[in-house]
Amino acid sequence: MAEIALINLRKTYGHVLAIKDLSLQIQDGEFLVLLGPSGCGKTTTLRAIAGLEMLDRGRIVIGGRDVTQLPPGKRGIAMVFQSYAVFPHMSVYDNIVFGLRMRGMPADEQRRRAQEAAELLEIASLLDRYPAQLSGGQRQRVAVARAMVIRPDVLLMDEPLSNLDALLRLHMRAELKRLHRELRATTVYVTHDQVEALSLGDRIAVLKDGEIVQCDSPGRIYDTPANRFVGGFIGNPPMNFLSGELRTADSALAVIVAGVAVPLAPDHPTSSTGASREVSAPGGTGLAGSLRPGPGRLSAGTVMLGIRPEYIEVVMSSVPDGIPAEVVVLEPAGPNQLLTARVGREAVKVTVATDLVLLPAQRVWLRMSPSRIRLMDATTGRALV
Amino acid sequence: MRVRLVGIYGAALVIGTWVAAPLLLIALAAFTPRNILYEWPRPLWPRAFSLDTMLFFLRSTGVWASTLNSVVVAGLTIGLAFLIAAPTGYALARYRFRGKGAVQLSILVVKMFPATVLSIPLAVAFIRWGLYDTLIGVAIVHTALSIPFVTVIVTSVFVGISYELEEAAMTLGSNRLRAFLRVTLPMAVPGLAAAAIFTFVLSWNEVFAATILTLDHRTLPALIVDSVISAGAPLHFRFAGGFFMVMPAVVIIFLIRRYLLTLWGVTVR
Ligand SMILES: Nc1ncnc2c1ncn2[C@@H]1O[C@H](COP(=O)(O)OP(=O)(O)OP(=O)(O)O)[C@@H](O)[C@H]1O
Ligand SMILES: [Mg+2]
Repeated sequence: MAEIALINLRKTYGHVLAIKDLSLQIQDGEFLVLLGPSGCGKTTTLRAIAGLEMLDRGRIVIGGRDVTQLPPGKRGIAMVFQSYAVFPHMSVYDNIVFGLRMRGMPADEQRRRAQEAAELLEIASLLDRYPAQLSGGQRQRVAVARAMVIRPDVLLMDEPLSNLDALLRLHMRAELKRLHRELRATTVYVTHDQVEALSLGDRIAVLKDGEIVQCDSPGRIYDTPANRFVGGFIGNPPMNFLSGELRTADSALAVIVAGVAVPLAPDHPTSSTGASREVSAPGGTGLAGSLRPGPGRLSAGTVMLGIRPEYIEVVMSSVPDGIPAEVVVLEPAGPNQLLTARVGREAVKVTVATDLVLLPAQRVWLRMSPSRIRLMDATTGRALV
Repeated sequence: MRVRLVGIYGAALVIGTWVAAPLLLIALAAFTPRNILYEWPRPLWPRAFSLDTMLFFLRSTGVWASTLNSVVVAGLTIGLAFLIAAPTGYALARYRFRGKGAVQLSILVVKMFPATVLSIPLAVAFIRWGLYDTLIGVAIVHTALSIPFVTVIVTSVFVGISYELEEAAMTLGSNRLRAFLRVTLPMAVPGLAAAAIFTFVLSWNEVFAATILTLDHRTLPALIVDSVISAGAPLHFRFAGGFFMVMPAVVIIFLIRRYLLTLWGVTVR
């Protein structure tokens, strides 16, 4: 068991900047998810922790030990690769005990641990098979078992579920969560799937262009994205953004969108209590300083209003705080429907009940839940406090 | 579509005949009784078969000694070629390094030198170094000839084995060397074996360097060429010798044909 400190990591491939000054503190036993779009440096970061990538700069400390110069085998880590990388010429059993053999563990102890891991992962009946005779999900479990039996301080996983079909992915996701609860190894988990990140992570570090944009609990990442990128990346469909005009006059804050004044709640996260809570959050370190423009003094001017699709109400008649919109399409999406409407020239997605009937080009009014509105700087996209 | 198919099959037939017909004729002649061989007009399909010709060849002086020489030279060539080409292939497959393109190009450049041009200087140099008329001398030249080929195959073998497997072994506690020995090497063995066999065939068939660089220690092809040219060996002897020479290559290629094809990205059932 060990905590991890990544200190000012930097990695370039020729002219490509893969990681740009990345710092992160991961607690002992924590399940940390690295989330971000393709090519943002997730795999590179994970491989750097594993010792498979030489860094240009920076230090990695695991359990108080500086491992920056140590080879992968001496870092107390184990890794599950995206391709699983199970050895095709070895049986499942030999795969699982490979790490134990390398450590010169007695044969009976090897057998005991392999049996234990195989049972935990429900592959005990497959021990004599070869990887070619396994399904993708079974192969993935072998890869996890192989990493698990060496009892690593740190478990690293690179998109372990991305090769599985949707149903199996759901199942394995729950399994991984259960496994982490039982083993409590510090886990760094890479994914580009935000649903996976939200359901698995104790904390999520959102990466973009080799930098951490926000690192927070799933709830806070979802509710209070640090900037437009995070809001637009997380959520399905993601957060809506509308440009508006902030009005600070007559004490009540409001944003003018399409000529309509949308009031902001007094307990809106932009108020001072919300701000202080946020900065003191453990995940806020590292980005709080850079992303939030000081103790928030909202000034009048152009802003970006961010709101999630589920916090918008559709009303059929004009109301004072309802923004007029025009229906574009209505798509059924299982438990609800997804409405795409147009406000001026901007598209807005709204989740609505399945029994709502709307016609294309129909006029509706959108009411935003005031406490759920997140204001962003119109030019930088940073959340305003 | 149909026209194309006919074209492809037609070309295959022509090429196949071009390669197979001489082999077939040599094989037939090697097993034809001597008197029939010299008959005129000679029937395409001999009326009788006999082992006389082959036995005559095999009992001739020097045949077994030079067969042994050929095997020794081929063995040495395989050893030397792998010593140089295997690490090169591994490096080309696994690492990006300064001068990688130059290495790859120089491998091909070696193929551009006509051996004929090099033969006299080579013979002189070998005499000076005491390598003339030694098996190791021939093996060195064969090594030079086979290195480009072995390097290309070995590179493609290692490219085909995911480096992630080796990395996985490293994260599980083995060092670089052990990861290679325990993971990559076992998986590379069939491909490396194919490369070795091909090197064997190349050395076994090589005649030019072997003829120029040896005198008493002839390899089999050198012996046959020698006896044909200078001693004016009889026709049946040539056929028997040709057949004896060509058989190992044909058998080996037949056995590993499937593997060779997959090496170059084509799969056959
Ligand atoms: N071996 C390499 N050589 C050159 N550039 C590389 C190499 N590996 C990664 N990169 C570059 O570094 C950047 C980060 O790559 P990385 O693999 O970490 O992305 P990622 O976040 O894991 O993406 P994905 O979700 O697609 O796996 C990318 O721009 C990529 O093109
Ligand atoms: Mg990746």
